[in-house]
Amino acid sequence: MTLPDLQSPLALQYGGPSGGAPPETEDVEVALESLSQWQLAWRRFKLHRLAAIGLVIFGAMVLVAILGPILLPYDPLFIPNATRPGGDAPSLAHLFGTDNVGRDVFRMVINGARISVTIGIFSMIIAGVVGVFIGAIAGYVGGVTDNVLMRVVDVFFAIPFLFVILVAARFFGQGQLSSLILIFGLLSWPLIARLVRAMFLSLREADFVEAARAVGVSDIRITFRHILPSALGPVIVAMTLIMASNIVLEAFVSYLGFGLSEDQTSWGNALSNAQTVLSQGNWWWAFFPGMAIALTVLAINFIGDGLRDALDPRSRL
Amino acid sequence: MIQPRTEGSGPPPDDVLLEVRGLKTYFKVLDGTVPAVDGVDFSIRRGETLGLVGESGSGKSVTSLSIMRLIEKPGEIVAGEIWFEGRDLLKLSEKDMEDIRGDDITMIFQEPMTSLNPVFTVGEQIAESVRLHRHASKRDAWDRAIEMLRLVGIPGPERRVKQYPHEMSGGMRQRVVIAMALACDPKLIVADEPTTALDVTIQAQILELIQRIQAESGAALLLITHDLAVVAETVQRVAVMYAGKIVESGSVEETLLQPKHPYTEGLLTSIPSRVVRGQRLNVIKGTVPNPFRLPKGCRFEPRCPYSFEPCKPFEPPLEQISADRRARCWLHVPKGRIPVLASPPASGPAGAVPPAPASEPPAVPAGEGVA
Repeated sequence: MTLPDLQSPLALQYGGPSGGAPPETEDVEVALESLSQWQLAWRRFKLHRLAAIGLVIFGAMVLVAILGPILLPYDPLFIPNATRPGGDAPSLAHLFGTDNVGRDVFRMVINGARISVTIGIFSMIIAGVVGVFIGAIAGYVGGVTDNVLMRVVDVFFAIPFLFVILVAARFFGQGQLSSLILIFGLLSWPLIARLVRAMFLSLREADFVEAARAVGVSDIRITFRHILPSALGPVIVAMTLIMASNIVLEAFVSYLGFGLSEDQTSWGNALSNAQTVLSQGNWWWAFFPGMAIALTVLAINFIGDGLRDALDPRSRL
Repeated sequence: MIQPRTEGSGPPPDDVLLEVRGLKTYFKVLDGTVPAVDGVDFSIRRGETLGLVGESGSGKSVTSLSIMRLIEKPGEIVAGEIWFEGRDLLKLSEKDMEDIRGDDITMIFQEPMTSLNPVFTVGEQIAESVRLHRHASKRDAWDRAIEMLRLVGIPGPERRVKQYPHEMSGGMRQRVVIAMALACDPKLIVADEPTTALDVTIQAQILELIQRIQAESGAALLLITHDLAVVAETVQRVAVMYAGKIVESGSVEETLLQPKHPYTEGLLTSIPSRVVRGQRLNVIKGTVPNPFRLPKGCRFEPRCPYSFEPCKPFEPPLEQISADRRARCWLHVPKGRIPVLASPPASGPAGAVPPAPASEPPAVPAGEGVA
């Protein structure tokens, strides 16, 4: 190009026209293993000691929930009759003792794990799917849609949660596991929706979203393929908390007698029944199911805590 | 240089790839309306390179986003036509527009650090547009991604393709962004400040890459920049924007060596060069006008050293100076066509503009091919 006056500043600024692609220094770099965000997160998670312990405990609990009822079947309708009123204290024959009619508390707790874990996991999944869907739409579309959906969320937060659960459990549930899961799931999504919406509101302004639009990616695909993975970290953490609180909720609702029917062995039911003999000093019938609840919830919360650290992109380990 | 035809005159001839006519993109905010782009017209022939130059806020980025139809609320394209391959983009459905974006028209963004999605490998991101537009298989799209990385000069593409953006330097990422933009053999590449965020040494490499790839692929290039040096290096024609309007256009050599508009002249004399070593740099006095209260006449008038009578009350037309040059300045309008203000200045009609035909160059019959 013949631009005598401009050539000189250009030459100064760019070091003049250079021929061919200059060699990149990275050329010689040794083969580095490539870690995705999830691999990095897993690496950080493993370093979180409490979370690792929590994962082991929860993993054991899931295993018990799956295998327990097969290895140590328990029939709540079979009444062996107690050898002494109020039930036997823990012994080698009955590790956790027996209840007032002689049923083994150890088997009761193990079989209860299946119900608690099932409720925790499935109500969490329902809350997660509904919450992510509603939150993503509200956050990405914005405007009137966002307003309407978020007012619905507000209404959900304003409802006295417990009252609705008690009424719903009584009228729609009839003590069934599936209806309890559905009720818990459908009442806990608003938290997730709010979280996802907030993440989407900031992420939709990100340059990579505009870049995706400039490549011709449709809005639906941008929402679920491009933005959602970045928003997933906090959502997963919130979902673990929902799982823990729903396990407690089941115990609570069952304790009040509005939960599962008597013939289903849940930790809440066990606690509820145990209160009749608690005054006689028979602690074991209430203690072991209560411990099972506490241990599970604690383990899940530890996992959530570990995930919070692991999934935070700002933490670099 | 081809003169853009007036609005409503149908598609431009076939050798014109993109023709923007009377484009107006306004941002309607609480405080009022910002005319970010206020009646811009230009055209690009197939394989041609055009630089759109202007300072921050002059409307150059909004122009490029308008072409892609990526303007979001509160912005809105309020008027104009954007002809691309015989179709007016502003009349297409969103679905049709999605098919064009990333396929026929692609964009290279300013910020390589943030315009790649951090949770996907670069290969997945390049392959996505190939799969979307070419309906290629996963395997073919992946091979294409490797091929593109090799094309943009990334060493070890087979390995790099599996990496995440955070594993690459800024220059590498911008190469990936360029690879994405080229993966579907676009007919027009819109590069919005592609080198602004990069180190000076990397800038030169990236510009060279864009030039080489543009030449090899035969795609047309619309290069948006505030950097006159970049324009001088890279493009054939240049259009200078000021406060939402094109104030001057022409070939790079002529425009930069003999600027016709006082603003272009001001920009060029404020470049540090060896010629003025030891002297103070020239500056354009004043600041860019408040977009809510733009001057009624020429928008550059308050800062212009050559300002004379018609400049304040009347907006100058984009006057055709030669076959290749246009400038929006009363200095270049023949005396006879300069409007005269009625003696009491207050009684002048508000926002008076010279008679419409005066703003047009020697009439180009609608639809006539231009050699």
